[in-house]
Formats: sequence, structure tokens, C-alpha cells
Amino acid sequence: MKLLRLAPENTKFPFMRFRRVSYPFSALLSLIAVALFVFKGMNFGIDFAGGTVIELRAKSGAAEVGTLRTMGESLHLGDIEVQAFGNPADATLRFGLQPGGDVAQQAAVERVRDAVSAYYDLRRVEVVGPRVSNELVQSGTLGVVLSIIAVLSYLWFRFEWQFAIGAVIATMHDLLLTVGFFSITQLEFNTTSIAAILTIVGYSLNETVVVLDRIRENMRKYKKMATAQMVDMSINAVLPRTIMTATTVMLALFALVAFGGQVIRSFSIAMIWGIFVATYSSIFICSPMLIYLGLRNEDADKAASQKRETERKTETAVSADDDDAETPVAAPTAPPEAAEKTPKPARKPAGKRAKTRPA
Amino acid sequence: MLRFSTWKFFAIVAMTLAAVLIVAPSMLSASHYEELKSRLPSWLVPPTIVLGLDLQGGSHVMLEVDQADLIATQIKNLRDDVRRILREEKVAITGGIGTTTRGVQVRVADEADREKILPKLRQLRNGFSSALMGGPSPLDIETSPDGVIRVTITDAGITDKSRKAVEQSIEVIRRRVDALGTREPSIQRQGDDRVLVQVPGLQDPETLKEILGKTAKLEFRLVAEPGQNPSETEELDQVEQEGKIAVEKQVMVKGEDLTDAQPGFDQQRSGEPVVNFRFNIRGAQSFGEVTSKNVGRLFAIVLDNKVISAPRILTPITGGSGQISGRFTVEQANNLAILLRAGALPAKLNIVEERTVGPGLGQDSIDAGKRAAYVGAGLVVIYMLVTYGVFGVFANLALFVHIAFIFAGLVLLGATLTLPGIAGIVLTIGMAVDSNVLIYERIREENHAGRSILASLDAGFTRAFATIVDSNVTMFVAAAILYFLGSGPVRGFAVSLALGILTTIVTAVTMTRMMIAVWYHYARPTKLPI
Repeated sequence: MKLLRLAPENTKFPFMRFRRVSYPFSALLSLIAVALFVFKGMNFGIDFAGGTVIELRAKSGAAEVGTLRTMGESLHLGDIEVQAFGNPADATLRFGLQPGGDVAQQAAVERVRDAVSAYYDLRRVEVVGPRVSNELVQSGTLGVVLSIIAVLSYLWFRFEWQFAIGAVIATMHDLLLTVGFFSITQLEFNTTSIAAILTIVGYSLNETVVVLDRIRENMRKYKKMATAQMVDMSINAVLPRTIMTATTVMLALFALVAFGGQVIRSFSIAMIWGIFVATYSSIFICSPMLIYLGLRNEDADKAASQKRETERKTETAVSADDDDAETPVAAPTAPPEAAEKTPKPARKPAGKRAKTRPA
Repeated sequence: MLRFSTWKFFAIVAMTLAAVLIVAPSMLSASHYEELKSRLPSWLVPPTIVLGLDLQGGSHVMLEVDQADLIATQIKNLRDDVRRILREEKVAITGGIGTTTRGVQVRVADEADREKILPKLRQLRNGFSSALMGGPSPLDIETSPDGVIRVTITDAGITDKSRKAVEQSIEVIRRRVDALGTREPSIQRQGDDRVLVQVPGLQDPETLKEILGKTAKLEFRLVAEPGQNPSETEELDQVEQEGKIAVEKQVMVKGEDLTDAQPGFDQQRSGEPVVNFRFNIRGAQSFGEVTSKNVGRLFAIVLDNKVISAPRILTPITGGSGQISGRFTVEQANNLAILLRAGALPAKLNIVEERTVGPGLGQDSIDAGKRAAYVGAGLVVIYMLVTYGVFGVFANLALFVHIAFIFAGLVLLGATLTLPGIAGIVLTIGMAVDSNVLIYERIREENHAGRSILASLDAGFTRAFATIVDSNVTMFVAAAILYFLGSGPVRGFAVSLALGILTTIVTAVTMTRMMIAVWYHYARPTKLPI
């Protein structure tokens, strides 16, 4: 059976060379995202802005958006937004906070109900008062900030500091671009969008960790290789997996967009964008950061020379329990020029450093 | 790689079977589930998955104690207490009892009088607050040199009252909602001054709001006569008519003296819907006394400071029962009876958040979620199959068990499945195979590097495992935070996501490994099939 391969085998893309393009490009996009957020703003849903959404379905025939709009205006509810979607019998009304607090909000819903109930069924009514929406903004912001801090402390604990910084920058980048995406598309931003953002943060770190894990592994294996080359080699090695996973998640998300219904559509669309950005940033933003932060040249080399020192003293150094020691993945995955420079890919294990992963 | 302890094998098979058995009843239709329940002992039948309000339809209503109203009520009570003390101690005051923004003030010119009432006023503190000794005082009492005594309710006093109001409200609300005959309403306190009411599957959410939004403070008062002292009367709105009506401030009988209220029809006259009620002994006595003394006058039936009706007292009413009429519809009479039976709320509650989903939309969302899940899972399964062949079959089997585990987890935790929750499951379907992908790609890589099949398989699983753990921990942390900070549907998403991440370690790593080991043992491949 011939199996499908989306990713070409044994690629040798010089990803690191793109950093001179990808950094300015991403910086520009991030600036645009911030500018959009500041000047164009977000289409905040009632969760955060307060207000009312009523979903209607015509008892017979199609919903008449025009009539509903005139009706809405005659009720003096402030800016009223009438939208048709999906089924032609369906429409949503949305209007903002009413002056006069929570009681006035309920009164407004009552007025709309009286006005439309002869021709429409109310399928969904959501009313969020000013105090509740403020609290939702607070808990949403807190959630995003907390999750970033928590995840970073985990990375800090498990990886070298350069990796953690690289991951922060990549994650911030993804966050900014997602916010920019919400602003430019004017997709409604509500509590489900916060869920989308946190999932994107999670996915972005997931991607980053997979790449970083391989870089760390290769860092120990090919001590003499130039950092850029080693990073390129690592990214190329995980590339089939990256493409494969992004595709499966995308397949699931497209199913959600197409069939999941109105309520989670904006969530799914934002997620698709997020997966795309997260994949890009794990390759083009996070990994080059390691080079800029001077990851290995001093750090790893120094560590390596120390190791050699100790190994000379104790001849039994090659610990059998380290699986890296058995047979290193040799030349075939490494670019040929790398193999020339390092005819003997370091056979000695890196040994147990403070932060190595458990065997 | 090939060695696989027997107990591990059986543990996994047992877990899978258990998961399928736990989930199976949830897949039955409601009638079949009931039948199953009636045939088997109840402890054998697991509960079905709890659907969120967004899927089964229902109302989520957050109520908040109206602070302004609460303070006003407390000031009014304080004023009554001060008036009683002044009367009991026979103390004369200059001017009336004045009110401040947070309390009352009286001017007592005579110092001996002041000394007499001050201890009594201080005693009010005990009745005011349930707080233990040593806490901040609920009442501030200060005397200025010109003889003015100010009694002020402190912030601590207000907080305490609103907390108590919430506690009492929960009881009242429970009685009201139970009267609607819905299944499994949930009524919880939220913070110091809120109550969250969640009622699934209501056909008519309007009725719920109708009976939640009313304080239902019922009072019987005499209608003022022309020439009565204006300080003893107040003007109140009428429900059925335009304009106001003057009634006495003094209350003859309060709603708390009702023992029963039932909707009915007026037997004598029009046959219109009415509410029949009965007083307790105290209520019957005072109502009897007042009506005997005031034959021929009008009395007002006041609900939440609005006059429902004002009938004339034709004969003394001493039987302890009566009838409220007010041009009600049948439904209104019904609701009023529910409210009167359940009792009044101790304070006015405002609806600060409402999310109502009609049953039709809920069903549509379930259908949409199912369709998305089937299509999503189908696409992923096909994709894995065409990419990894026989290994794809293993991954797909693991995926099937993974989904069964998620649903079993939902049943065991009693967690709620919401529409975003379904999205979370669809997403974890995409992510679950990520672990398989990591492993398979690693195996390929090791194999290309020149290792034997067995060594590649082994290295693939061992090396990918650390990466899988690292990458899933980050996802799990995000889900956990979402759970603690999110509400309702978003929480459902966090639960599904977290469960999905936990089970993927078992299914994608251990199960797949087992299947591949068995496959290797029997197939003895000479070439890696991926």
C-alpha cells in the first residue's frame, strides 16, 4: 500500500537564514496588530461590553431583517444591530447596555419580546449587566496572564533559560497576531474567544516544545556543529510531524466551522488562524531566538569541556542507562556539510546536567 | 519493546471495557435508558452525561441583592426600632425621626433622656448582626453636643445583612422554583450578594423570570380616609388603574402570616381567577380585629408597594381566610399563589445576568455538535489511515478508546457537556493523534538512520515520550486555568480538553505500544510499514 506523505523526506531547508526576513516581517505584523487593537478596536460581545443578544426564529417564512431593524429603532434601545445568519428564518438582535442599570436591561428585553413575540420565537436570550461584564473582563485577562506565567515557569524548570525566553517571545507573538486577527475580521470577541486564545497559547507552546526538545537533544549530540546548522537540522527533523499534526487539527477545526453551528464558529475560525500562526512562530520566531540569545557557543561548549574533564578522571563515565549513548542518530539526518565538519558525531553522552529530561 | 507485562495488558483491556460500559447508557434514548434502569439494580446503571444548559435548553439567571433597596429597608426597620424605644422609654424628641443616607437621627434635648435610651440603642446591635463579638460593629452610634443622636449602619452591617438576605433568598427561591415542577434546578450562592439559578429544560423561561424577579412582599393596609394626617399615609401606584392611591403606612397584616395560598375562581360573582389564602392564628386575629373596627372602609392589598386591589370591608372577616382578586389571568393568579406560598424575598433581587436557551436551539446545537464531531473524527481517521497504513489502524483504535475515555470521564466526574465542550473534544481528536504522529515519525527517522525495526520501534516510543509529556503539560495548564476562571460553557470546554489530554497519554502511548508489540510478534515484519 502506497502511503501518503505530505511532507517531503529528509528536507534540508535553511530555516535560520530566513530569520533576517521573518523577524522584521513578524515585528511589522505585531505592530499592525497593536495598531489595529488601539485604533480599530475589537468587536466585543456582550460578555465583555454588557448588553443583550436575542436570537429569533420566524414562526413562518423568513426573518425580515429590515422590519426588525425599524422595530428596534422605534423601541429606543440605542444602537441596535440586526443580523441574519445561517437559516433564513433566523436573525439576531443585539443592543448595548441601557441607561438605568440592570432593571432597565430586563425592561428592554421585555419590550422587544412584546414587540416580536407574535411573529418570532425567542430561541436564545442573553443579558449581561455592567458589573458582570466588568468581572468577566477581569477574569478573562487574569486567565490569559496566569496561564502564560504558569506555562513559562514550567518551561523554565524543564529547559534552559534561552528556551524559555524564546518560547515567551513566540507565544506573545501568537497572542498579538490573534488579537490583531479578531480586530481586523471584527469577529465577535467573547468568553469563548478567551478559551480560543488560551487554547492557542497551549498549542503554540506545544509546537514550540516539540521543536525545542529536538534542539536540546541534538545540542548534546552534535557539540561541534554550528548552532544555526544544528537548529536547522532539528527543525527539518521534526518537520513531517509538524505538518502532520497541524493538518489533523485543521481537519477537526474545519469540521467545526462547517458543521458546528453559529455559537462556536468564531471560536473555530480563530483557532484555525492560531494553529497557523503557532506553527509559523515555533519555526521562525522561537528557534532563531536561541541563536540571538547565544544559546550554545559558550554555554554548551563550556559544559562539554567540563564533562570531558570529569570523564577523564573517572573512566567508567559512559553511563549505560543513557539511551543517547547506545547509537547516536548519525549522518543521514545531518546535512552532509555537517557530517564533514564533525566526522565523529560526539559519542560521549552529555551526562546528567541539572536540567536533562528523565531517561 | 516486545515485553509487555500481562497485568498491564489486562488493565488496559479492563479500562476500555469499563469505559464502554459507563458510556453506553448515555448513548441510549431517554425511554430505553429508563427501561434499563427499571430492569437492573440502580447501582449498576451509571448516570447519563449531564448536558449543559446550552445543549438541553434552559435558563441561567444570576440575581444580585439590590444594595440601595437593602439599605432603604434597613433604615426603615431601624427607624421603627428607634420609634419603639422612644415610646417604651417615654422620651420626648425635638422634631421627628430624621433619616440620613445610612441611618437615622433624633434630637433628644434632655441629657437624662439621652442616657436612658443610649443603652437601648446599643442593644440594637445584637439584633442587627449575626456576627460574633469582636467583629466590626454593624451600627455606629454617636452623640453630638447639641443633643442629636445618630445611628448609622456601617459597611460591615450592610455586608452582613446582604449575606443573610442571600441565605434566606436561596430558601425562598428554591420553594418558588420547585413549584414550577422542573427537574433538577440548581440554586447556588455566588459571593456575598448573588444567587445563581440554573433551571434546565424549561418550556417557558418567561415564567421563571416572572417568579424570580418579584420580592412578593404582601401587605394588607387600610386605604386613607380624607383628612387623615399625611405623615401617617403614603401614595402608592396601582396595578390595574392609572394614578396613585393614598394608604396608611401602618400595616394590618403581613404576607408572612399567610399559611396557604391557592389559585381559584371567584365563586360568587364573575368567576374570574383569584387567589384564596388562609392566615395563621396571629394573622387571623389581627385581621379580624381591624376589619371589625373598620367596617365600611376600603382596605388595600399591597404587593411590592403596588396596590393590587382595594375592596370594601363589608363584614368583619374573622374566619382567617380570604380572597385576592385583581383582574388576574389564570397564569397570573397561579404565579401569585406560588409567590405567596413561597414567602417574600428578604430583599429586592435584580437580574444581573441572564442566559436562556430555548429547547429547539439546544437540540439544534446537539445535532450540529454531533455532526461536527463525526465529520472531524472521520477526516482524521481517514487521514491517519492513508498516512500510516497498519500503524494508522492502531492509532485509530487508540483514538476510539480515547473518545470513550473522555466520555466515561465526563460521566464519572458528573461534569457538564456543553457546546464548547464538544468543540474541545473535536479539538482533542485532532491533538490526540499528535502523540501517535510524534512516535511514528520518530520511528521512521530512527529506521532511516539505519536501526533495526525493533530498535527503531523502541527508540521511537522512548524518545517521543518525554516530548509528549512536555507538550501536553503546557496544554493541560492552559485548560486548568480556563476551568478555574471560566464559567458555564467555557468550563465545559476546559473539562473536555483536560480529560482529552490526560487520556491521550494512556491511549496514544501505552495502547498503541501494546498493539504494535502484538503485531510485531505475529507479523515479524522485515520492513517498517510506514
